[in-house]
Amino acid sequence: MSGRRATAAWDVERVRKDFPILHQEVHGRPLAYLDNAATSQKPQVVLDAILGYFTQDNANVHRGVHRLSERATEAYEGARGRIQRFLHAADPREIVFVRGATEGINLVAFTLGRQVVGAGDEVLITGLEHHSNIVPWQMLCEERGATLRVVPIDDAGAVPLEAFERLLGPRTRLVAVAHVSNALGTVLPVRAMIQAAHREGVPVLLDGAQAVAHMRVDVQELDCDFYTFSGHKVFGPTGIGALYGKAQWLERMPPFQGGGDMIKSVSFEKTVYNDVPYRFEAGTPHIAGGIGLGVALEYLEGLGLDRVAAYEHELLAYGTAALEAVPDVRLIGTARDKASVLSFVVEGVHAHDVGTILDREGIAVRTGHHCAMPVMTRFGVPATTRASLAFYNTREEIDRLVAGLARVREIFG
Amino acid sequence: MSELRELYQQVILDHHKKPRNFRKLAEPTGAAEGYNPLCGDRVSVELELADGVIREVAFQGTGCAISRAAASVMTSEVRGKTPEDALALFERFRAMVTGDAEADPEAGDRLAVFAGVREFPARVKCATLPWHTFNAALSGATEPVSTE
Repeated sequence: MSGRRATAAWDVERVRKDFPILHQEVHGRPLAYLDNAATSQKPQVVLDAILGYFTQDNANVHRGVHRLSERATEAYEGARGRIQRFLHAADPREIVFVRGATEGINLVAFTLGRQVVGAGDEVLITGLEHHSNIVPWQMLCEERGATLRVVPIDDAGAVPLEAFERLLGPRTRLVAVAHVSNALGTVLPVRAMIQAAHREGVPVLLDGAQAVAHMRVDVQELDCDFYTFSGHKVFGPTGIGALYGKAQWLERMPPFQGGGDMIKSVSFEKTVYNDVPYRFEAGTPHIAGGIGLGVALEYLEGLGLDRVAAYEHELLAYGTAALEAVPDVRLIGTARDKASVLSFVVEGVHAHDVGTILDREGIAVRTGHHCAMPVMTRFGVPATTRASLAFYNTREEIDRLVAGLARVREIFG
Repeated sequence: MSELRELYQQVILDHHKKPRNFRKLAEPTGAAEGYNPLCGDRVSVELELADGVIREVAFQGTGCAISRAAASVMTSEVRGKTPEDALALFERFRAMVTGDAEADPEAGDRLAVFAGVREFPARVKCATLPWHTFNAALSGATEPVSTE
């Protein structure tokens, strides 16, 4: 970027052309898609890759000696390599294909978790986790007779490092935290948290579902032990995602599910498991999804993650100021370090009523508890309205959101 | 615009702002909890049944304007009715908000203000949650009612 403002060159209209779905009307208004934290839209190159796979290369992977199977395997394993480079992992063997971040977390909970967590031990998470980074650990703790400890969040929706360090104890066996909060957008101080955990010899899993679309991630620099994300939140298809695990951990972990592809040899007396990462990939995978995800990451890298982040931060600052200026609107989640999420409540109006009225203006937002009910409880609200931004959103769309909120006030008085 | 105004009619907004029978009963003979896990709406309904007639109905909880107004109107409408008549009202209400039936053309159908809900399929559960909960309170259900 060399001192120049990175956004100076950001041509949002040109980028929007890559996403066919954005160019439509909803209830007679141009679609303003502000629900990217739920799922992101897919660029044409991803759609082309998926269609191309099914029209030219469709075959099972890791099996056939025929040409199509070779091509499918090459493309699928190529995607694994792309994910490795995207996360800056040392080795493609450290990348496990999963259905999404939820499965990535469950995989670690029920393999490594069962190995290292015993009766009286503790698993440490934070107060702003998505349900998918709470429930698997609750299930594990219940099974093992262990305790789930939760780092409280402050009034801004941040996770104070001191609070985390206080709860990191001699019985802590695993730490699992979000890189970025889905409900509030808070970016957690994960680098320092990982250092603190490692001083106690505790491995750390990062839930990167809300991070990878918005910032450059380097798992070696972070030194996290595991990192997982969902493809559909990073402009790829649903049903596919990745789990990064340090080879030293993956090597010692037992399989997650049994089936084809995860074995070397099977007899009724004994089965020899496959090497990592295949040991964790039972059954025919979502081949088209993996290929699509690889192309999505390539597309994102082509745009430049630093430029994406710079543009989104500018948009977030614009949106924050715009919403703060709306009477009776209260932002929930005002941490200093945030990714592009604007979660808010309109005084006296339930989020669902806000969502319905905005929808009629062509504006898609998420309303509800965002699969983070403890966060809602922490802030004493039943639900929030959440606008979550991507690099293809515009200031004009934020202006329309603000105008939509005026409409809410007009109806509710 | 018309559909939004149809949904958020003045009567609904009025019930939302000043819900009727929003309280606890002193001696309920039946009670139930309702919960919509999708949106987090919660409603509790209490009733007092005596001599085969619903003497009192009250509700509490948090929810959107539609669910709150639906609960408020419901409590006003079922009071003084037999359980059978109240449940027949529920069936008519359900059919109306899902679009299975038109609003009763008879003058004085106070449930008709919810006819606009049918244009908003995502909001049907908001309107029916209080009724499902009322039904559970009548039949003495012990598990919380869920719309899922």
